[in-house]
Amino acid sequence: MTTLTKPPDSRTVSGGRRMAPFASLSKAILLGFVRDKMSVFFAVIFPLMFLVLFGGIFGDQSQSKIDLIQIGDVALVDDLPDGAAEAFEETFEVTRSDDREAALEEVKDGDADVAIEMDGNALIAHYTQTDPTKAAVTQGTLRAFVDGANVAASGQPPTYSLDVRSVEDDSLQTIQYVTPGLLGWAIAMSASFGAAATLQGWRQSKLLRRLQLAPVSTRTVVGARVAVTVAISLVQMAIFLGIASAFFGLTLTGSWWMSVPLLVVGTLCFMSVGLLSGAVTKTTEGAVNMANFLVLPMAFLSGSFFPLDAAPDWLQTVSKMLPLYWLNEGMLDVMVRGQPPSAVFVPMVILAAFALVLTLVSARLFRWETH
Amino acid sequence: MGAIEVTDLAMAYGELKAVDGVSFEVGEGEFFGILGPNGAGKTTTLEMIEGLRKPDAGEIRLLGERPWPRNADLLPRIGVQLQASSFFERLTTREQIHTFASLYGVPTAHGDEWLERVGLVDKASTRVEDLSGGQGQRLSIACALVHDPEVVFLDEPTAALDPQARRNLWDLLSGLNESGRTVVLTTHYMDEAEALCDRVAIMDHGRILRLDTPATLIRGLDAPTRITVTPAQLEVGEARTLAGVDDAEEQVEGTVLVTREPARVVALLAERDLLDGVRVQTGTLEDVFLDLTGREYRA
Repeated sequence: MTTLTKPPDSRTVSGGRRMAPFASLSKAILLGFVRDKMSVFFAVIFPLMFLVLFGGIFGDQSQSKIDLIQIGDVALVDDLPDGAAEAFEETFEVTRSDDREAALEEVKDGDADVAIEMDGNALIAHYTQTDPTKAAVTQGTLRAFVDGANVAASGQPPTYSLDVRSVEDDSLQTIQYVTPGLLGWAIAMSASFGAAATLQGWRQSKLLRRLQLAPVSTRTVVGARVAVTVAISLVQMAIFLGIASAFFGLTLTGSWWMSVPLLVVGTLCFMSVGLLSGAVTKTTEGAVNMANFLVLPMAFLSGSFFPLDAAPDWLQTVSKMLPLYWLNEGMLDVMVRGQPPSAVFVPMVILAAFALVLTLVSARLFRWETH
Repeated sequence: MGAIEVTDLAMAYGELKAVDGVSFEVGEGEFFGILGPNGAGKTTTLEMIEGLRKPDAGEIRLLGERPWPRNADLLPRIGVQLQASSFFERLTTREQIHTFASLYGVPTAHGDEWLERVGLVDKASTRVEDLSGGQGQRLSIACALVHDPEVVFLDEPTAALDPQARRNLWDLLSGLNESGRTVVLTTHYMDEAEALCDRVAIMDHGRILRLDTPATLIRGLDAPTRITVTPAQLEVGEARTLAGVDDAEEQVEGTVLVTREPARVVALLAERDLLDGVRVQTGTLEDVFLDLTGREYRA
């Protein structure tokens, strides 16, 4: 083979800064992301708005106190021992009144929930059935106090005691439940939108072709794109957990750090959802819309916004066939349910399987030409 | 041995024969043009030579090697500008060329040198989306050349540019093969091929109709010269009587005389003091195309 005479100019300049292809590609992709206000909005700000909404507005969902009017002296309440008095005040917002008629009128109008008075040794409670839950709680609680007082009056130590412990499962506080779910949705969006837009955008601008003709391997190109998306996911996670902990009282349980590897696999899985969207559509907008079309209903069906415990069985079955369900379950398990690190293994395997299958399907469906 | 050797190249998209038996050779350091209307098969031919597509039939040697399947040894030796702005979104001009420099393992300083050469230094901090068409093409060409390739492929670098921007780009393009580099350019502009290329292959319907230097192509055409005299100076009837004039017709721009003896006719016009504003047109590649295909050229 004849060697061609090389032009003498620039190739002889060997000094100067060089950047590894992986690093420069990652930098280019990352800059492309952070300068795209729409992408940043949908990846970070938009899901955060939901977090603030759920965490702030629906945050305090514990039963509000019951308004109780005490008419005259009620020995039972006045003479409660310290511990019991405290418990009593946690349940009831107590106001005192000497005007019996006015107090009963208030209960009737719904301004107070219950009025109590003593008639000899009997405690009389006047309440309405307007709010059945409050009515039931009122009855039950007052009965418990009367029983307790009876036991105390007998001078005998109680035979049975009740020790209440929260198992933090079905009864997770709102913020505990929505943080992992919304984070799952946020990551599903940014990973799938990013992959869909890149595949379509780069195909249309022929940048994919151009990179094929540059001396960099497919592995380097794909690796850089994956690395940037995973990094974005981890930043999303840090922002979510930071804000939820600092402002809305999120408490993470022991092995929450296992959500990091889970999140990485989840990111790969939703990148493959994006690849599929990019492969079956013809424009960048179409690809992103398709990804959104897949992810948004999936977020509802996977319990990202609200628990599905009350949903019909068939819906819960459908939900278990969706990758986002497994990402959410895995994160809930280790972040707030106090499950051991091994709890994320099954979700990770399922997410990895989705990623593999969807990537292979996308590769089969991908066409270089749009016509 | 030439830089590029192509033999009996063929490629079909379903029923459509995009490239139908194309053979040619491009010499080292040559500025080679492929000229033809849209859909002639230029881009497909180029993409097969670059190694982006597998030909259905035929042989390709690029710098002595086969470009298909993806030949990693060949890639650093060739530069390509594709028929689109193949840029990373939302990067600045400088970031763009630095990224390409690093993909080819050359110092980023080479990128800066090329920005200077294509006159984009004052646009270095502008995002690629905000560049004008001409500036985008310049950057695209700079990105194709940042690693100083031996062969560079430019696919319609002046398409969709206004005439002024197109002319500006010619100055840049014409110097590209100075240092021994081989340049292959596709275009659908006749004047561009004429101005830039050492040799031109005229292509239509997937075939090469004629391949030669622009001058030879035009000379071979044996086309008559058209001399236009400003309006209302010379009657068509009188013009036809002039010695050497084969035909004459009245047009908006004036009286057009068709002749194969331009020197003689111009002398006669001089005698009648009719040379002010006279226009002499010899054949162009456009005439060659018309002659070859029997139809008007459609860009």
